[in-house]
Amino acid sequence: MRSSVIVFPGSNCDRDIAVALEKMQFKNQMVWHKDTSLPKTDLIVIPGGFSYGDYLRSGAIAGKSLIIDEVIKFAKKGCLVLGICNGFQILTETGLLKGTLLRNKNLKFINKDINIKVLNDKTKFTSKYKLNEILKINIAHNEGNYFTDSNHLEELEQNNLVAFKYCNEKGDIDEKSNPNGAINNIAGIFNSKKNILGMMPHPERMVDKIVSNKDGLNLFSSLLN
Amino acid sequence: MKITNQIIEKHGLKLEEYKVIQKLLKRDPNLLELGIFSAMWNEHCSYKSSRIHLKKLPTKGKKVIQGPGENAGVIDIGDNDAIVFKIESHNHPSYIEPYQGAATGVGGILRDVFTMGARPIALLNSIHFGSTSHPKTKNLLNGVVSGIGGYGNCIGVPTVAGETKFNETYNENILVNAMAVGLAKKSKIFYSKAKGLNKSVVYVGSKTGRDGIHGASMASAEFDENSEEKKPTVQVGDPFTEKLLLEACLELMKDDSIIAIQDMGAAGLTSSSVEMASKGSLGIQLELDEVPCREDNMTPYEMMLSESQERMLIILEDGKEEYAREIFQKWDLDFVVIGKTNNSNNLTLKFKNKIVGQIPIEILAAKAPVYDRKWIKKKIERKEIKIKQLKKVKLEDALIKILSSANHSNKSWVTNQYDQMVMCDTVQKSGSDAAVIRIHNKDKGIAVTVDSSANYCKSFPLTGGKQIVCENWRNLISVGANPLAITNCLNFGSPENKEIMGEFVECIQGIKEACEFLDFPVVSGNVSFYNGTNQKNIFPTPVIGGVGLVPDVSKTLNHNFKKENSTILLIGKTYGHIEQSCFLRENFSISEGYPPEVNLNNEKNNGEIVLRLIRKNLISSAHDVSSGGLLVALSEMSIGSKFGAKIFKPKNLTNKLEYFFGEDQGRYIIEVDKSNLKQVIEILNNDKIYYENIGKTQNKYFEVEGELNIGINDLFKINNQWYNNY
Repeated sequence: MRSSVIVFPGSNCDRDIAVALEKMQFKNQMVWHKDTSLPKTDLIVIPGGFSYGDYLRSGAIAGKSLIIDEVIKFAKKGCLVLGICNGFQILTETGLLKGTLLRNKNLKFINKDINIKVLNDKTKFTSKYKLNEILKINIAHNEGNYFTDSNHLEELEQNNLVAFKYCNEKGDIDEKSNPNGAINNIAGIFNSKKNILGMMPHPERMVDKIVSNKDGLNLFSSLLN
Repeated sequence: MKITNQIIEKHGLKLEEYKVIQKLLKRDPNLLELGIFSAMWNEHCSYKSSRIHLKKLPTKGKKVIQGPGENAGVIDIGDNDAIVFKIESHNHPSYIEPYQGAATGVGGILRDVFTMGARPIALLNSIHFGSTSHPKTKNLLNGVVSGIGGYGNCIGVPTVAGETKFNETYNENILVNAMAVGLAKKSKIFYSKAKGLNKSVVYVGSKTGRDGIHGASMASAEFDENSEEKKPTVQVGDPFTEKLLLEACLELMKDDSIIAIQDMGAAGLTSSSVEMASKGSLGIQLELDEVPCREDNMTPYEMMLSESQERMLIILEDGKEEYAREIFQKWDLDFVVIGKTNNSNNLTLKFKNKIVGQIPIEILAAKAPVYDRKWIKKKIERKEIKIKQLKKVKLEDALIKILSSANHSNKSWVTNQYDQMVMCDTVQKSGSDAAVIRIHNKDKGIAVTVDSSANYCKSFPLTGGKQIVCENWRNLISVGANPLAITNCLNFGSPENKEIMGEFVECIQGIKEACEFLDFPVVSGNVSFYNGTNQKNIFPTPVIGGVGLVPDVSKTLNHNFKKENSTILLIGKTYGHIEQSCFLRENFSISEGYPPEVNLNNEKNNGEIVLRLIRKNLISSAHDVSSGGLLVALSEMSIGSKFGAKIFKPKNLTNKLEYFFGEDQGRYIIEVDKSNLKQVIEILNNDKIYYENIGKTQNKYFEVEGELNIGINDLFKINNQWYNNY
């Protein structure tokens, strides 16, 4: 399985995701934002960080970068695309995913381990998880408050396009367990073809027991299948 | 322009100092040259009041690769790995503009570390605010915390440990100290010493603007009611550019293109060029027309004194210019050859085809003034506090008061605003005695922590100085690290006040004695004087940042109780020293008396034995006993875990409040599984280590026999409410 990690100026989780992918035996390549073509690849990852300093609006400038046209082309042909944190923000800026990420409701950067629930285990990203499985995953963002219009929200919910929702340890999806104010506690979504996943939590931070847990591992092993 | 007395004073120079300049220069300086002198000769850059005392500190050791004098200190952790680290203050700017002041403090210290060829792997901070009821405190706290987070989160270096304290002594002068730790190859460390003639001097990074002009001089003066006017001298940080600069520098450093490199920190282009030339005994000529400027019509004076952030000066090997330029252009950064080295021993500044300034380097650096300021030994008034004469207070109430106080509350409100996990090597986050960071792709790691004890230092600077070093040492040991070396940030009031100078000299003496005894050298540091407003000086606040080696990070220890029915041992003797305790301060607002004594022998013996027990896998958790004493330390071990403790009624009790809240030094609490107890006790007895069996762990409740019994969930709530209610 070949993967490509896009590196923008200001990306800072690019190494972390590369380490996780290589650990899972992906053949990974780093792709520079000024490149105009992508190598042969089965998976494109847009990593977390502060691409272009998050200036203008998080993800906005990256959404107009040279490489992004290629990413859009690949995605439309069905290539798997995973955007994590800033990567999710960038995907909404390109239009590959709908909706937007607003500032956290407490107006502060939040870094902590939170719980999310797997709401669809029938996708290439989540097949190794069980439906309703609760994962403990790290979040680290200023703008993770997902918002979208009511039509799209209905589409997400009706068509099983919500990948993960914030929940408590028992799995209850309630306001208290929503760290950033995201609409319907949404932590990650798919596009309608389910070949694109954008998520705020960082699965690449959860693949090593010594630093955290292994709750992120199955996302990568699902992709390997 | 004629240099008047008023102009001299505005530059923070004394008239006597100006006379020295005239004598050394054998003429009057022009305004540009005067500006350069003021930048190089101010307290912040020249260490003129502290230098003779700093010399006393032990700076050498088996593991020391580079001590003070470079951008940062460097220590050897084996396998060709080196740790580069330093702490620095950004107090004055942070008080005036908390977000940018704190952010650029982080940016500056990061540059010090990656200038030496190290990739930063951890950030720490020690931040001190005024009283929680002071009208400015809340705003300053908010601004500083988001500034620290804003910079570190963006650049992608985890902020893993720190301390946040409140004390009215900082009402008008907060402290913001930032520490950065980096990893380099021992064989690839970069220094700031220029070598060779006619080598290209290259400017890289951000453009130069008018921000921060005279920032270092501002940091070398006391505040007054007009301090707000100094806002324009606070620099503005851009962590995004710094991230690019970091990656570009590290990319260039893979090769052998760099002869010398120096970041443009305080006093910007002036101090970076002078320092490199001075270390190499060379001259340097700068073509100021070439300096990339952010604003129009900038004068040589402004260019030389700007403290715009995210800039570096590099001296390159011949023929490497194009190769280096490509790297910086790839990262969209400015790259301009702005000068050459020469053998004139002068700093020569050319602008519009004219020499606009020329000063012998030696005068600026080596001949900078050094003062042996007057100081007096602190008169210590022995005022004994008789606990029996105080109003009666229940053990439980006193504990709750401490755990719910601003200074002892859980700090997750602060630490949750910092990315602690980016880089995926954070084995232990803040909240423990020390954070632990794994060396990427290896089993080993480092432990890092920062500590300060301003109250102790105020009441008895000598003991205070010793105590912080020891506490730092204990914190490293408690997580299973071999303490290696420290960096210090010495925050004091005005050195022109002989009592303050006395506090400084005695604190240094204390730090020196402890460091020597524990073989814990000082490899880098920073002095911040003039912390005060309108002659009201802050408490002496030396901050110690320590680094230790963890041979196998999978064996890292934290202080959370691990299971039921373990035995709890207290290592070290309890005398019940209650003066200067958190107990008296929080419950009775008493802050008089002596700090607890420091017995270096006990510190060393007790620390070494705890480390040995950890290495033998004989203990399941460990915690050093510090501010708040035994009962607070025990409750901290319960709060983070599912298990509480049942503490026996102590024998030979003179006074239970003194026993439980006294802050005697050199003590650790360890949790020992029943199956290991015999072996642990044997080792302790063999080494004649004083210990007490004080209780056992139990499920759900924190209990002192016959005194108190609190559910650990309640204890957690008590400890977690302050920040959310502030």
